[in-house]
Amino acid sequence: MSLTAAFFAIIRRDLILALRRRSEIANPLFFFVLVITLFPLGVGAKPHLLQAIAPGIIWVSALLAAMLSLDSLFRSDFDDGSLEQMLLSPHPISILILGKVSAHWLVTGLPLLLVAPLLAIFLGMPGQSLGVLLLTLLLGTPVLSLIGAIGVALTVGLRRGGMILSLLVLPLYVPVLIFASNAVEMAAGGLPIAPQINILIAMLLMALVLAPWPTAAALKMSIS
Amino acid sequence: MSLIPDPVGRFFHRMASPPYFYAFTEKLMPWLTGIFLILLAGGLYGGLYLAPTDYQQGDSYRIIYIHVPSAWMSLFIYMVMAAAGAIGLVWRIKLAEIVAISSASVGASFTFIALVTGSLWGKPMWGTWWVWDARLTSELILLFLYLGVIGLYNAIDDKRTASKAVAILALVGVVNIPIIHYSVEWWNTLHQGPTVTKMDKPSIHVSMLVPLLLMAAAFKFYYVIAMLQRARLELLQRERTANWVKKMVTEQSQ
Repeated sequence: MSLTAAFFAIIRRDLILALRRRSEIANPLFFFVLVITLFPLGVGAKPHLLQAIAPGIIWVSALLAAMLSLDSLFRSDFDDGSLEQMLLSPHPISILILGKVSAHWLVTGLPLLLVAPLLAIFLGMPGQSLGVLLLTLLLGTPVLSLIGAIGVALTVGLRRGGMILSLLVLPLYVPVLIFASNAVEMAAGGLPIAPQINILIAMLLMALVLAPWPTAAALKMSIS
Repeated sequence: MSLIPDPVGRFFHRMASPPYFYAFTEKLMPWLTGIFLILLAGGLYGGLYLAPTDYQQGDSYRIIYIHVPSAWMSLFIYMVMAAAGAIGLVWRIKLAEIVAISSASVGASFTFIALVTGSLWGKPMWGTWWVWDARLTSELILLFLYLGVIGLYNAIDDKRTASKAVAILALVGVVNIPIIHYSVEWWNTLHQGPTVTKMDKPSIHVSMLVPLLLMAAAFKFYYVIAMLQRARLELLQRERTANWVKKMVTEQSQ
């Protein structure tokens, strides 16, 4: 089997598995919506206040939803031993991992994009920043999945890895949060957003190239 | 021909052996402590007594003799930790792994000290304990990175595996630290423009600079002492079934 075929086979397999356990797709989505609903309840439903903090709220919630969904990335494969089989295959592990992360993003990251417009309306965001919000989510959430994969690979062998995972991963998410929410904020004010978007693209490309390596090393460590 | 001269290579080769390392650091410890105390005394005397009072900040500027060296150390130790972790990862040298993890808690302490002294200084100077200034924020995130490393090490039972995990995490952190630092800096300037902290760096007078450098050197020695103490303890714990430890313990108890 060629490398490309193996890459797509992994994506296909993970997508089929995800479709047969639909609740795992829906849960991060509900979480995302729920957290955003909590903010108006907590800070008060003042339209101008909500509008001002909307980009930050949406992005922080996306961060948390992405983090909570990370556990499903390697967990079931680790438990049933298919991860070991994957590591034994002749193909480079980093590419196979890239396949797994892509499938995971399609299942958990992409749906966030679909509900984001609804939440933007909830929080009264101006129409012109909606497109930018979707663009930042499109560029930013794959970075979250890629960086998160390193954290999951390090903690997948632990019985109680959830809390430690958030401690490892959240500090590394800071740059994405800063640039993404800032771009949305700028767009709401009618200001140019090209620098932020360019930096997000740069982060995505860097994460695509660099993140699979430590993930592969960490997985080998977790399996041994 | 090798790049490293033979005696140096032999020295590192021998230092990688646990019994030799243990004995050597024991002999080294009084010397390190002596140098540390001399530097500390010099730095404190120069900083608290000889250095003139600042015309703007009065005597409260003197906290820089603790604050600035700790802030320098916080980053320096992270680099040492990542380098030692990488060495351990590539050459599987047990002692490099131990040095890496022993550095983590010392580095976290220095980061914490830098944050606390910074906030103590900020209260009289800026009138607030905390501002979301770029440097403060990135220092805080650095503390979280340290805590992540320590937490991960404690969460994994097998210590060899834990060292590998810590090394991978530290290396990921090294790539991320500049990105985090610059993004936080940019975030800050975008949000509120230059704040009080962005005072033009005044060229520091030599009577203030010398004690600062002495203190920085003293902190470096303190780090080596604290790290080696931890490393020796960690080594004993890991090697508790090894012959040289048994022999040493029985010899000492007689």
